[in-house]
Amino acid sequence: MSLPLALLGDFGEAIKFIFQERESVSGGVQIGGIPEMAGFGLTHMHVSIVAILIAAALAIPLSLWLGHIGRGEFVATATSNVGRAVPSLALLAFFISFIGLGLNNVIAVLVLLAIPPLITSTYVGIRQVDRDAVDAARGQGMTGWEIVSKVELPLALPSIFGGLRTAAVMVVATATIAPLANVQTLGTPILTPQTYGFVGQLGASIVVALITVAVDFVFARLQRAVTPAGLKLSEMPARRRFLFTTKRSFKPT
Amino acid sequence: MTVPLAQLQIQEPGGSDACAAANDFCPSWIVENIDRYWSPLLEHVYLTLAPVVIGFAISLALAILAHRRRWLTGPIITVTGIFFAIPSVAAFFLLQPITGLGYTTAIVALVSYTLLIIFRNITNGLRNVPAETRDAALGQGLTERQVLFRVELPMAVPEIMAGLRIATSTTVGLAALAVFAGAGGLGTEILLDKRFKSNVAVAGGLAVLLAALFDLLLLALQRAITPWQRARA
Repeated sequence: MSLPLALLGDFGEAIKFIFQERESVSGGVQIGGIPEMAGFGLTHMHVSIVAILIAAALAIPLSLWLGHIGRGEFVATATSNVGRAVPSLALLAFFISFIGLGLNNVIAVLVLLAIPPLITSTYVGIRQVDRDAVDAARGQGMTGWEIVSKVELPLALPSIFGGLRTAAVMVVATATIAPLANVQTLGTPILTPQTYGFVGQLGASIVVALITVAVDFVFARLQRAVTPAGLKLSEMPARRRFLFTTKRSFKPT
Repeated sequence: MTVPLAQLQIQEPGGSDACAAANDFCPSWIVENIDRYWSPLLEHVYLTLAPVVIGFAISLALAILAHRRRWLTGPIITVTGIFFAIPSVAAFFLLQPITGLGYTTAIVALVSYTLLIIFRNITNGLRNVPAETRDAALGQGLTERQVLFRVELPMAVPEIMAGLRIATSTTVGLAALAVFAGAGGLGTEILLDKRFKSNVAVAGGLAVLLAALFDLLLLALQRAITPWQRARA
């Protein structure tokens, strides 16, 4: 185990940091190792999951309704443009200086970052539903609520889950800078080099990168799983299939 | 070495200002201290332009390649998609053992994030050119290469520009984190005093304004190079 790790240089040391405790750079305390990283990981997941759930509860019903009545296109496009342009670091620093430190403020920042892609994807998903399908549903005597729940929502699910995927990756990535607000996530070793050193920074970066790629992969699978049979990719014309799988354009962290 | 240090001391008196000392939002402090944001802003411009230009060149080459060999599209999207998912803060450290602290690390990471967006938009733009238009061009005796450069790429300009706009505003935001790669930018100022309201508001505000400015310039460029679109509107 140790010889191949030695060949990896800094990366080998960083991997060792993840699995084995060691004395801190400044001395005195033990750092690294599975128990400490797991503790950081739990806080990281805690703030991320809470933020995504709150953002989804706020953004999805609202944009579902806007999409259904066909209003608010301006809101949907404007939030996504503004959301992209505001740096996550600036937003977090804004909260730290104007509102304060702590868990709730970090969650609030993550919620604000997750809302724009959720609004856009839900709104676009509903508006992209074939108008003929909606007219046919109405012709069969479905009520407004039935049209939303039985026609529009199922057909928009792939797009909504695309938005969830983007939001989840963004939130997990941004939680890395949460230690600036005194919330100890996996970003802690990255942001406190005086204790963790470059090896700790690199080790935590490896963990964060692996987790975000895994989250991206899991949500990509979910996105396929919720696609109604009638919309399955194989039955789509090649061009739509291509557009459909590649709707990610949010990356503020 | 004492001279720059002495200047640094004189530059600090933000704390002696009563409003700044109370950590309020102080327009007067901002007016007095706006000078120190100038060079981080310029660094930020560089950290945005270089990745977008390099990313565009790579994406264009990849898109032309994938236009000839369709099967490459999937793998290119998968690989650039994985780059896209890696947080920039992590990427800035993961690259350091290879490229060291500084601009190179920041730019390599930022380039990797523009690829997915720009490649996807160029490819979509090329695929949305109507088959009849292609056929008409081929029927007039144009070669495949001429069709690509004289018909397909010009017709794809609106989607390519849309991709460039997304990539540019994204890069402005990500460049705020380039401070972790040791490459400066407005993020440096934010981190220097993240609890001082006026500082955060100026540095963050400048980043947002920069994104808006680039967006307007790209929009103007798009109008200038697609006169036929203007005529239609």
